[in-house]
Amino acid sequence: MPDITRDEVAHLANLARIDLDDAELDHLAPQLSVILESIASIADVAAADIPPTSHAIPLTNVFREDVVRPSLTAEQALSGAPASEQQRFSVPRILGDEQ
Amino acid sequence: MTEQGKERGTSLLDKSAAELADLLAAGETTSVAITQACLDRIAAVDTDIHAFLHVDAEGALAQAAASDARRSAGEPASPLDGVPIAVKDVLATEGLPTTCGSKILEGWIPPYDATVVERLKDAGLPILGKTNMDEFAMGSSTEHSAYGPTHNPWDLDRIPGGSGGGSAAAVAAFEAPLAIGTDTGGSIRQPGAVTGTVGLKPTYGGISRYGLVAMANSLDQVGPVTRTVLDSALLHDVIGGHDPRDSTSIDHPWASFAEAARTGAAGDLSGVRVGVITELGGEGYQAGVQQRFDESVALLVKAGAEVVEVSCPNFVHALAAYYLIMPSEASSNLARFDAMRYGLRVLPDGDPSAEDVMRASRDAGFGDEVKRRIILGTYALSSGYYDAYYGQAQKIRTLISRDFEAAFEKADVLVSPTAPTTAFKLGEKLDDPVSMYLNDIATIPANLAGVPGLSLPAGLAPEDGLPVGFQILAPALADDRLYRVGAALEALLEAEWGGPLLDQAPSLSDVEPVETPGGAA
Amino acid sequence: MTETLMPYDDAIAAFDPAMGLEVHVELSTNTKMFCGCSVEFGAEPNTQTCPTCLGLPGSLPVINGKAVESAIRIGLALNCEIAEWCRMARKNYFYPDMPKNFQTSQYDEPIAFDGYLDVEVDGETYRVEIERAHMEEDTGKSLHVGGATGRIQGADYSLVDYNRAGIPLIEIVTRPILGAGEKAPAVARAYVATLRDLLLGLDVSDVRMEQGSMRCDVNLSLAPKGSDELGTRTETKNVNSLRSVERAARFEVSRQAALLQAGESILQETRHFHEDTGSTTSGREKSDADDYRYFPEPDLVPVAPSREWVAELKAALPVPLREQRAQLQADWGFTDLEMRDVVAAEAVGLIAETVAAGAPPQAARKWWVAELTRRANEDGVELTELPITPAQVAAIQALVDAGTLNDKLARQVFDGVLAGEGEPDAVVAARGLAVVSDDGALGEAIDRAIEANPDVAEKIRDGKHAAAGALIGAVMKDMKGQADAGRVRELILEKLA
Repeated sequence: MPDITRDEVAHLANLARIDLDDAELDHLAPQLSVILESIASIADVAAADIPPTSHAIPLTNVFREDVVRPSLTAEQALSGAPASEQQRFSVPRILGDEQ
Repeated sequence: MTEQGKERGTSLLDKSAAELADLLAAGETTSVAITQACLDRIAAVDTDIHAFLHVDAEGALAQAAASDARRSAGEPASPLDGVPIAVKDVLATEGLPTTCGSKILEGWIPPYDATVVERLKDAGLPILGKTNMDEFAMGSSTEHSAYGPTHNPWDLDRIPGGSGGGSAAAVAAFEAPLAIGTDTGGSIRQPGAVTGTVGLKPTYGGISRYGLVAMANSLDQVGPVTRTVLDSALLHDVIGGHDPRDSTSIDHPWASFAEAARTGAAGDLSGVRVGVITELGGEGYQAGVQQRFDESVALLVKAGAEVVEVSCPNFVHALAAYYLIMPSEASSNLARFDAMRYGLRVLPDGDPSAEDVMRASRDAGFGDEVKRRIILGTYALSSGYYDAYYGQAQKIRTLISRDFEAAFEKADVLVSPTAPTTAFKLGEKLDDPVSMYLNDIATIPANLAGVPGLSLPAGLAPEDGLPVGFQILAPALADDRLYRVGAALEALLEAEWGGPLLDQAPSLSDVEPVETPGGAA
Repeated sequence: MTETLMPYDDAIAAFDPAMGLEVHVELSTNTKMFCGCSVEFGAEPNTQTCPTCLGLPGSLPVINGKAVESAIRIGLALNCEIAEWCRMARKNYFYPDMPKNFQTSQYDEPIAFDGYLDVEVDGETYRVEIERAHMEEDTGKSLHVGGATGRIQGADYSLVDYNRAGIPLIEIVTRPILGAGEKAPAVARAYVATLRDLLLGLDVSDVRMEQGSMRCDVNLSLAPKGSDELGTRTETKNVNSLRSVERAARFEVSRQAALLQAGESILQETRHFHEDTGSTTSGREKSDADDYRYFPEPDLVPVAPSREWVAELKAALPVPLREQRAQLQADWGFTDLEMRDVVAAEAVGLIAETVAAGAPPQAARKWWVAELTRRANEDGVELTELPITPAQVAAIQALVDAGTLNDKLARQVFDGVLAGEGEPDAVVAARGLAVVSDDGALGEAIDRAIEANPDVAEKIRDGKHAAAGALIGAVMKDMKGQADAGRVRELILEKLA
């Protein structure tokens, strides 16, 4: 089943917001194909009636009381910011719309 | 740097954490003295080992002084109050750099402490610094650290395991009596195996993940990295237990692990059923690894254990399931490193948009292995592939859990070699991801099923003189069995060796410094 | 670019609209969905954040139990099934106002599903089917700097405040509303209005559309009349008033009809609504890039509300809106026609609050439905957006009841309050509006009126009390309206008895 093309890797890199250059694409595509090949066996192993496990230890209903806890100060919140202004995180111009 | 820092043998450095705790309790030494000895040792050998990414001498000594003050007032905060520790750089430490071995977090100083770090501080353990690791814990050799690899104290040309090679090497090189690691597919146990140290991955939910920078949330666990089984239990008692800030943390009345280890050290295992997992051994396992494993099993029998063979047929699919679940979760976890709120920001030429800056920063800030896994995870989660990959991998998890359930019907603990080989050479598998991934073949099933696992030294492989790890697995919530059986085996082995395995490690006092590519100070 | 539009009536004659509504409601919990930060509106930027809602490395979410309770109550009030077991999921996409670059939401396992809400338009009931109501978290808020408009387009850079990030949201999604024909936009509006009242009654949200605590996306497609197939739909985002819901829907009907008539196809896209022009413009095209890579949130464990808990919450729900309205109508003594006007004016809640503040129901109805609705229409705002509270309306009515104001003066007090001159008392004092209740001053004015109209006075003396109106008018004019007409009448009849 799996053979991942260079174009596919470029598309995935775009989805993952990583600016891969040509050399990286050339390098990555065959590596990913090999990895996928080695894990492809998985597709036919489990029968349809096997339930998936998303959490190994089955807990449910872990809730928090609706009680306010101290927040960080704005200085702490912004302490790692590459740029800030007016007590806000400064980010380059945003192209796309909100979703 | 003092000459004392280089010399092991009679110094405080050789003592286990339990022994140091006894000396502190008896008033025979101080936390400042122990902490200074560790700092001296770090100064002496870490240019060769490169276990640390950041050393906080000032902070550690201040915490040590505070510990000594508590001790003189007769109010120690815990049995380990004053015993210094190293922390893997994947746990948030307020005021101390936390890089996860990545360029993208270079210089980031968290405004908060991980729960485990908070518990260490509350228990009075001075924090020596942050240890090296594969970038975002992705690797089995610590070669994927953006700050250069860590070297195995047994042979500086070899890998210390990974991702927590820094923590394991720091403990194996006597730079710290204790360390904290994290284990997603074996990152505590496999480094433990190849450095001759003890590493434990608890039951999933047994130790808080709050403040642990996630690789694969449903698999990650924090755990102790030590030189003895008892030390691991003592540390586990300090850092374990329910944390309301981690929704996956189990609220369970844990018994004292130190008690279990002390019981086990008496060496009597009569009535204990030990299951040898057929699928984790034999073909693909180095001869010396298999030999030391078999010898250890024989010792368990001698101690009264009943050994049975158990089959876990679905374990052969564990690696594949792991390499779908882990990158899927990781690809989503690592999305937050986008140069907007913290971390590296790269501004491309021209008038870049936020999107351009994200792309450029993530390209520059992430290393190859991280990019591989992000792309792989993005692929596995994509519409059209989800059912075939991620969904299927989750089903395999169910099958592996069922294998464990069946096996634990027949045995109280399961055993296997921790890793198929001893430490390989630096660079040997760097560009062969699949071969690198195979290192975790024996450790991964426990992460997928959430059960606890312990690795302890089983001796040196005859063919290369390098440490071999012995893995013990127990059912969820039965971590105490690992300590009981582990301490028993440790006692039997040390009786054979005439002392701890690490006594046979090179002293490092006369090694030639090696180049650390790209190493940070 | 101006759009070609087909007149609404023509469009509706040729096409059947199908509408869907996605309403996001911010819950009025004390804390955020996954952390203990306060959700209070209007705090200084980035002062209500913590490692979790900032998405700092290593932080973890923990579900706010109160938010789950609110979600279940909303689901029950919308006649939904409540899931026995469901999970949160990650919706992965990159956007600077989203700290983790994924939104923690629900995907194929919503907490509530398969419900309905009955709404009334012109006395007719329409059943709007609810597909699902699910829990998720809000994003941060961006300020766009530079450029001409302060809008996102053309800005030099943006400044992000994460106080809003992580506030609990419930997204309520309807199935397509079919068969409403020309009334589709009105049904959409009535649905949002009814939903707002229902949420107010549940006390789970402020539902302040103007503050963004209730936001509405309007999906609309057209199909040729009589056709069974659904057309390509557009999704108009963030339509943030009841009036706009109707306007946006009408605009899309006219726009899409013109395109279809011209043989063009509808682009599947998101669109923006503009309050000033009542029009929508193209936003983001839906594409393959919308691959959100949903998967179950591994940092959270499943939510499995016990049937006992759900039953308990169901038993404690307020009476359904329809019954509640019937009860209110009976309590208030309104005729069916009066009540329908009240519902149409979206004033049920306001009147209830005004009555609770002490005003007689009929007076409350008169002010809200006649006086204030007219003013809201003049200003092009929602009734709830007028800068006057039910308590202030009740206070003005109390002054009328006490004889301090008459209706004419009361209207001037409304002017003052709406103009921001302060509380009713302050307006009365500042404008000198109180009626003259000093009988001495009134007496003098009455004497002057009798003197000026001897023939009218004579008729009254002869017992023709109806003639008093002319004298009352003269007195009121003399007093510049600041007199209680009832009292004036009494005094005139006394003097001419």
